[in-house]
Parts: sequence; C-alpha cells; structure tokens
Amino acid sequence: MELTGAEIFVHCLKDEGVEYLFGYPGGAVLHIYDELYKQEAVKHILVRHEQAATHAADGYARATGKPGVVLVTSGPGATNAVTGIATAYMDSIPLVVFTGQVPTSLIGNDAFQEVDAIGITRPCVKHNFLVKDVTKLAETIKKAFYIAMTGRPGPVVVDIPKDITAHRTTYSYPKKVSMRSYEPVVKGHAGQIKKAVAMMLHAKRPMMYTGGGVVLDNASKTLIDLVHTLGFPITNTLMGLGAYPATDKQFVGMLGMHGTYEANLAMHNCDVLIAVGARFDDRVTGNIEKFCPTAKIVHVDVDPASISKNVKVDVPIVGAVGNVLKEMLKQIKESGAKPDAAALKEWWKQITEWRAMDCLKYDHTGTVIKPQYVVESLYKVTKGDAYVTSDVGQHQMWAAQFYKFDKPRRWINSGGLGTMGFGLPAAMGVQLAFPNATVACVTGEGSIQMNIQELSTLRQYGLPVKIVNLNNRYLGMVRQWQEFFYQGRYAMSYMESLPDFVKLAESYGAVGMYIDKPQDVEGALKEAMKIRDRAVFLDFITDQQENVYPMIPAGAGQNEMILV
Amino acid sequence: MRHIISILMENEAGALSRVAGLFSARGYNIESLTVAPTDDSSLSRMTLVTSGTNEIVEQITKQLNKLVDVVKLVDMSESVHIEREMMLIKVRAVADQREEVKHLADIFRGRIIDVTEHLYTIELTGTGDKLDAFIQAVGSVPILEVVRSGSIGIARGEKALQV
Ligand SMILES: Cc1ncc(C[n+]2csc(CCOP(=O)(O)OP(=O)(O)O)c2C)c(N)n1
Repeated sequence: MELTGAEIFVHCLKDEGVEYLFGYPGGAVLHIYDELYKQEAVKHILVRHEQAATHAADGYARATGKPGVVLVTSGPGATNAVTGIATAYMDSIPLVVFTGQVPTSLIGNDAFQEVDAIGITRPCVKHNFLVKDVTKLAETIKKAFYIAMTGRPGPVVVDIPKDITAHRTTYSYPKKVSMRSYEPVVKGHAGQIKKAVAMMLHAKRPMMYTGGGVVLDNASKTLIDLVHTLGFPITNTLMGLGAYPATDKQFVGMLGMHGTYEANLAMHNCDVLIAVGARFDDRVTGNIEKFCPTAKIVHVDVDPASISKNVKVDVPIVGAVGNVLKEMLKQIKESGAKPDAAALKEWWKQITEWRAMDCLKYDHTGTVIKPQYVVESLYKVTKGDAYVTSDVGQHQMWAAQFYKFDKPRRWINSGGLGTMGFGLPAAMGVQLAFPNATVACVTGEGSIQMNIQELSTLRQYGLPVKIVNLNNRYLGMVRQWQEFFYQGRYAMSYMESLPDFVKLAESYGAVGMYIDKPQDVEGALKEAMKIRDRAVFLDFITDQQENVYPMIPAGAGQNEMILV
Repeated sequence: MRHIISILMENEAGALSRVAGLFSARGYNIESLTVAPTDDSSLSRMTLVTSGTNEIVEQITKQLNKLVDVVKLVDMSESVHIEREMMLIKVRAVADQREEVKHLADIFRGRIIDVTEHLYTIELTGTGDKLDAFIQAVGSVPILEVVRSGSIGIARGEKALQV
C-alpha cells in the first residue's frame, strides 16, 4: 500500500520509538499535523515559541540520552528554531529537527514563508538534509537519527517541502544504515592507550579533567572506577558536572573561569593531564600560553577534530570515551602496576592546602538573601537528587558551584553557546521525560524573560517545574564584568520595569511565591516541592551586588584567579 | 606552507557549500578550489589549495573529514604527486609582439587557440608557478584577460585516492 509523505513521517517516528515531538504548526507542515492528529503513539507537545521547542527537546535529550525531536514550519518557524539548534550543536546534543519547506516547485522563488533552512542551519548542525523525493523520506529520517546519535552527537535538520508530504510511495523503515562517508570511530588505538597508561602510572602530579563527553557516552561508572583505582584528583568542566560525584573526596570541583581554586591550581601545577571528553574551551583554559605549563597531556575524544585544536597534546586517543576508559582500566589491572603512592601523597597534601582556602565561602549573616544560599538550600531540600536546568549568567555559575551533582544527566545547561532562555523550556523536556522527578530551573530575572511564555506550556501539560528565580534586578553577569573591567559603568545591565512575577505566574495557573528574607528560603523551597500538579515560580529577591568568585579574568592564566 | 588537498565526496546537492562554508566559518584560507564528478557518478572530486601552519592544516583535514559528505581525503603535499593547472590568457599582440608571444607560447608549451588581427588567446597547462612565470614573461604585452582553473593533483606511482 502506498502512503503519503505525511503518513510516512509519522510511521518513521513511531518506528524510531519517538515518545515526544516538540513543535508548533504552520502552513508547510499541515499535512503532517493532520496525520499526528489521527494517532496517539507520538505525543506532540505544543510550545509557545519554536526556540522553546528545540530547548525542550534538548533538555529531554540531555536528561534521557535519547534524541530530542522537533517539528516546526517553514520560514519563521525554522528561523526561530535556529538558536536552539545552535545551542544543541555547541554542546553535542542529539536532536532531529524537522522543518517544513515550501513546495519543491516554489523553492528559490522567494515564496511565502520560504527561507533557505539548509543554508541557515549549515554552520550549526552536524548534518542536514533537504528531502526532494518522497521515496527517500524514510531513509533520510533513519539517517538523521543515526547521525544525530552516533560518534560525537549533534543536531540534524531535515527540511521537508510541503508537496513531499502529499506524494505517495510504499513505506518501509530501514533497520540499519551504513554510510561510506560516515563511520564514527569507536575503539581507541591500543598502542596509544598503552602509552597513556604508562604516562599515568609514572605521574607525580596527575590530574583528570573530564567533560561532557563522559556524560554523552554514559561512561560515568567506568570513569569513577578508573579514578578510584588510580587515586588521582579529578575536576569536571561545566558540561561534565555529575559524571563524577561531586561529593566524592577525589573531586576538586569544577575548573575554569569560575572554577575552584584547588581545581585550577591543580591543573596549572600537574605533570600529567588526562583530558577525557573535554575540548579545552577558552573558558576552561584561560590564556592558552599559560595553560598547564608543566604537563604532558593525554586527550581522549571521539572527535579527532577536537584533539590538538586549542592545545597541542602529547598522546591523542580517538575513540568513544567509555571504551577507552575501560581499556585503560583493563590494562592497569592486568599490568598489576600501581601509581606512585609517595608522589601522590605529596600531591594530595598540596591540593588539601589549596582546598583549605575554601574559595567558595560567602558571608550569609546579613538580612539580604545570598544567591549562593538559595542554591545550597535547594540542594539540601531536594537531597541533591533533583534535575537542575539553568539559564546563563551568575545564577548558572552559582548553581554549578553549589549544587553538588552526584549523578550524570542531572545538570542541564547551555555551556557552549551560553543561551539565555534555555532553562525553562529545557526543564519542560526533562519533566516530561521524568514526570515524578523534581525538576528545578535556576534562573535570573533577565534570562527567564527570554522564554517566559512557556509558563503557558507548563500549564497545558500540568508540568510541576520549580522555577528558582535569583532576582538581583541586574543582568548580573554583565554587571559583574562592568564592575571589574569597566570601572562600574553599568551600561544597560539594570533590569527595570520587572513584572510582578508572582502575579504573572498566577495568571498562568502556576503558584507564585515572593521570598525576600533569608530565614524564609528553606521553608519556601520545601513548600514548593510539595506541589506536584502545577508549576511553582519562586521569586527570590537576592543581593544585588553579589559577584561570582573565584574568577579568572579573560586572558589570564589558571593560576591568576580573583578570589574575593 | 602551501597544501593541496584532494577530497572525494558524495555527489550531493550542497556538498560544495559545506566545504566552502567550513572554510569561511573557521577562517581558513582557500587559494583555489575545483570540483567535478569522477568516473563514478556518485562521487565528486574536489581539489583544494590552502596554506597555513602544520597545526592549521591538520585542523583543516580533520574538519573536512568530519563533514558527513566527505568519503575520503588526502593531503597530496605529504607525498610525491603531480600537480597541474590550466590557464587561458588573452593578450593584445600587434606588430613585433605577435612573433614574440608566439615564441613565448612555444617555449612554455602553450597553444594558441584563438587568433584575431590584434589578439592571441593562449592555452597553457602546468604547475601554478609555471603559469605565473608565463604571465611574468609576457612582460610589456598587454594582458586582457586571465582565466585559471585552479590546481588539480594526483599521486605518483601506485597510490590512488579511491573508495
Ligand atoms: C541570548 C543571550 N543574550 C545575551 C547574553 C549575554 N549575557 C550573558 S549573562 C547575561 C545576564 C544574565 O542576567 P540574568 O538572567 O538576570 O542572570 P544573572 O547574571 O543576574 O544571574 C547576559 C545578558 C546571553 N548569554 N544570551
């Protein structure tokens, strides 16, 4: 029997096991929406802005490890989705984004709601496809999921002209794809791994530096096993938090611009650096010239292009990080060799001294709410077991510093692109995936307003997301830079004319809470956690002048931190 | 250093723009780029001349390899290879210059492929350097137009870039 392209589309999603489709309708995708209407297997979540559809799918993908799936219309639907696609691209998140397109006969004619979606998205996707023939539709969709999920994951866009969704052909969903031009590496080179292991075992001041790649490859258990076996200190990047338990004593905190004193100094002084699934981002390395001056570097990554891109490494290992870590562990166990215990003891002594600086300490004896205290209280009240999404700014850094993530896929933030407006829609995706879990969105009054319309989506689907608004009436991170580097000229960083967030939340059927006293913080959070049938907006009025410390100013080395 | 990179890619719409887009997005420079289908109609072969430090060229080849449409590539400069470029050059040649240009074309093993009373159009093949040298040698003869194909290359001996 022949099916229409729209029917085939829906069949493909079912056969791919897609649970949720985040989207927004429009002319070019109406045939598809008509088919979605006739079935129940694929649940469509109607967002209020296409950017939110991509972030919601992205949050879903980060929390579950499954691909996030999006459907938007042509033209403005596609352009609205671009920020979310770029966000996913920078953090290597698997998304499959379907964009409607004008009929093939009109492509290139400046037709109504036509944009070159392939051209616009090309620099921010892993790959994209324009489907010009309905007989290629199923195969293309299969390829899109395959490419999104394998190797270094990433978003894939499939642009489908409207006439293709009406054309008919027989349907069969390919079981497998193989592409001669795309064969991701899985296993690491045994010889290179051996070299790395020897280097690790001889290290006097070793340091493990791991990133989002460990989360993406579900390699957390193996990492923990390896780090425990070796007894090395370990730091995580902003993207890697949770891959190694933050409460473990070998964890020295996050590194980088707002990383801990001990993590950054251990990086600066180590003699062997083992980088795993991390990409030497400039927010991590600081000034490249001054980066890890005494270290030999091992770098494990599934993407060869990530290796020696920013920092020249001594032992490159291309492969899936989980596989490579397993192989390292195996070689270490088989060889029976042990790390240099005496040297390690000295090294830990040094690190313990750095730790004693207690670089994250803050004074919360006053009468204003300290933002750090809100995050610490959130940690306490949720027993460290919540999913925490975040936006971009100071609140994001405080969430990363003070919520001690012990599990991977719990900390969900836009690390690479730094997209304000990510947190709330991402939280929707997470809450849909885990309806019974506690999902908190730690945000600021600037960021939350970038996708505030999604309160309406929360209402429609009864999602009990907890919005933790650290309301400092400033674009805080901008204000902080202006205070430090522009002599306090606060150009456009003050947020005036804020809405009454409590009333706003209530108008969307959510519970609104206004908290301006430190002694009310915990109680409010506890009360919020009890609410399970609707969203809660906690508007915490926090210290306006608080800054994120420590801080490595742009261009400085990792040993050149501003501490208070 | 100058590198000549040969790329086999899927003969898909948009494949060329992926390569061009990669170069502009990452700020790599392209000296020349040529592309055409091969004997296998599903494949295009692209030849790209670029320059940069070893680190940059390493990144370029890695980033190219990462493109989903790229099947295989080789940096020709890493081994012995033959490189050719074609040039069509139109010069104004009158009186004594006519003999002079013809003579030059012979020395460079070029062919005069179009003639008018005042003009010669010459076809010349060789390495880029040879074509440059010809332009130099033409000297005072006024050049009206120069068209160059960009370089293509192939490895010497047994080595072949194939799927
Ligand atoms: C879409 C977008 N626009 C601009 C920025 C630049 N930016 C980074 S942090 C920041 C301020 C964020 O303010 P707020 O959400 O109130 O958080 P705070 O820093 O006060 O905690 C801005 C404007 C960005 N990251 N994303």
